[in-house]
Amino acid sequence: MRTVLFLMAALAVMGLAFWSYQENYQTRDALGEVRSLHAQIGANHERLGMLRAEWAYLNRPDRLSDLAELNFKRLGLLPLMPDAFGRVDQIIYPLPDVLPIIVPIEVDSAPVPAGEDAL
Amino acid sequence: MIRTPLRPLARILKARERGEDTHAIEAENLRLRHETMRDGARLRAEGRLLVLGAMFAIAFGTIGMRMGALASTAPQEPQAATRGNPIIGQRSDITDRNGRILATNLETHSLYAHPRDMVDPDHAASELVKIFPELKHDKLLADFTGDRKFLWIRRQISPEQMQAVHDIGSPGLLFGPREMRLYPNGAIASHILGGASYGREGVASAEVIGVAGVERKFDERLRDPAREGEPLALSIDLTVQAAAEEVLAGGMSIMNAKGAASVLMDVHTGEIISMVSLPDFDPNNRPTVLTTGDQSDSPLFNRAVQGVYELGSVFKIFAVAQAMDLGLLNQDTMIDTKGPLQWGRFKIRDFHDYGAQLSATDVIVKSSNIGTARIAMQIGAERQQDFLRSLGFMQATPVELSEAPSGAPLLPRQWSEISTMTISYGHGLSSSPLHLAAGYASLLNGGTKVEPTLVRRDTAQSGPRVVRESVSTRARDMLRAVVTRGTASFGEVQGYAVGGKTGTADKPKERGGGYYDDKTISTFASVFPADDPKYVLIVTFDEPSENSGKKPRRTAGWTAVPVAAEMIRRTAPLLGLRPQVDTSEPIGVTLTSN
Repeated sequence: MRTVLFLMAALAVMGLAFWSYQENYQTRDALGEVRSLHAQIGANHERLGMLRAEWAYLNRPDRLSDLAELNFKRLGLLPLMPDAFGRVDQIIYPLPDVLPIIVPIEVDSAPVPAGEDAL
Repeated sequence: MIRTPLRPLARILKARERGEDTHAIEAENLRLRHETMRDGARLRAEGRLLVLGAMFAIAFGTIGMRMGALASTAPQEPQAATRGNPIIGQRSDITDRNGRILATNLETHSLYAHPRDMVDPDHAASELVKIFPELKHDKLLADFTGDRKFLWIRRQISPEQMQAVHDIGSPGLLFGPREMRLYPNGAIASHILGGASYGREGVASAEVIGVAGVERKFDERLRDPAREGEPLALSIDLTVQAAAEEVLAGGMSIMNAKGAASVLMDVHTGEIISMVSLPDFDPNNRPTVLTTGDQSDSPLFNRAVQGVYELGSVFKIFAVAQAMDLGLLNQDTMIDTKGPLQWGRFKIRDFHDYGAQLSATDVIVKSSNIGTARIAMQIGAERQQDFLRSLGFMQATPVELSEAPSGAPLLPRQWSEISTMTISYGHGLSSSPLHLAAGYASLLNGGTKVEPTLVRRDTAQSGPRVVRESVSTRARDMLRAVVTRGTASFGEVQGYAVGGKTGTADKPKERGGGYYDDKTISTFASVFPADDPKYVLIVTFDEPSENSGKKPRRTAGWTAVPVAAEMIRRTAPLLGLRPQVDTSEPIGVTLTSN
């Protein structure tokens, strides 16, 4: 009986050792993956920061007003002034849709006189 | 195992035959048996000792080797877990109230040299001079061939320059990563942002530290790793700020002014929506501080916060409002304005003679110094001081700028009765335009104190009460009357019911001894819409002169007011304020029933 117990204990130790060995290596793999992901996130962050800075630089008010002036003919953009506000009653009501033609009526009913070209 | 018998029969029998003692045989055999047993036991013990020794040797050997390995390798922290966001070393961005970027970081490189590793210093120096024309060939060559081991060449280089340096191919020229602070909008909001530069520098990285403005005030907050780069949202609105700068710069050139400042502030939250000081600078390339002369001539000088001036008649409303709050008068009380008012050797005069008396409203509308001085005499020095203190005029503004403490107001050394009288119309007490904005906001928002802030907040400040709500309403009506029929008639902006007060103060001579005749500080302090105040706007010009007429005009009504009106016209729509236009009855429509 004792031998069996010893054997079981030894087997359990071996099993645990094997398990912990595997866990250890899996953890290391995961950490490595996290490191590479962090590096990727870092690179993306840097890229994002650069893009944001570029966006902000391209949208700086000085440049936008210069562009609005250059393209005034095409776009007709003006600084926002108080008269740009409208009232609801200045907007026309939506036009009703044209009703579908259910009974077609002959419009061009006059016959073409003989001898004349119908062009 | 076959045991050797202790009394082998053959030998016993033989011994008995010979009559010998058989015990001797037994003893002999026993001895032999014991010897064999002893030998076996010794062998086993020796084997065990050997195994034990080997085990110890292996254990100590392992420990020893591990120690050796640990001692000889570079230190590394054992890592069993990983943190959240790895990108936390960066300085946070600064954004405006809508999240548009005002300051951000860029990755660049620095260039340094190890002259000992250089193969051809002469070639490297001449190539470097081609890339960076500001470097001197002789000096570089002397550095490269001297006994220096390390040398910074440039703190920041662009990617193109980096490639060009790379192409030189010298092993002694090296690059280090650098973070650079970038202000993409250029000079816009330059005085608010301040600027940044490098603190401690290393090859691998450099510390970016704020040197002025918000960058310096919030340096800790911006660099705090626990914030994980969360941007700092200011109360500034970039679009409004840009429009205000454009209008003010235009106004400054038309009015031939030396400098100008404007502050636009939310009356309820105390948020500064835009704050402009001209001339300004580019924070990406911050000019150096003046070492000689007057600091206020430097573009770095923030006139809106640091520029303390006697602001003139804009202060009159405080005296009248306080008198109304104390119950000394109401808006229709007649005030004696017969001039000149003599006090000791001083004489107080008005710009024009306004007759024997004016109503309190007209004292403001016509801007009578004599009337205000008489009201101030009724209030008295002590109560006036308390009131101005409650509006924040006795100390530097608490705004979040590193320069704010240098904008402390200049108060009279002795607050005598004549000081009380002159301060009531804005002379003898110097304060910054921001002080004035905070004072107007506190007075007109319903009468509770607000403190100016540059950090975005969404709730109104609930400060201590300064004046009663009814007084605040009447003060607004008076300021509105100044625009509709008083000194600020150019300030009318259709739809926005602007109210305000002009102030023109002669500049005191720098060396003392009176005031200049031809140099003024012209200020317009306004509030809009006057029936339900949302914003106060202060516009100040330093030494303006409007030269379209025969004589140069320097009063605020001709200089600051039209510019402020234009600024309201441009910025109010951007702030989402709808003009309130009286709509007449629709033409051609007759009501047939109600």
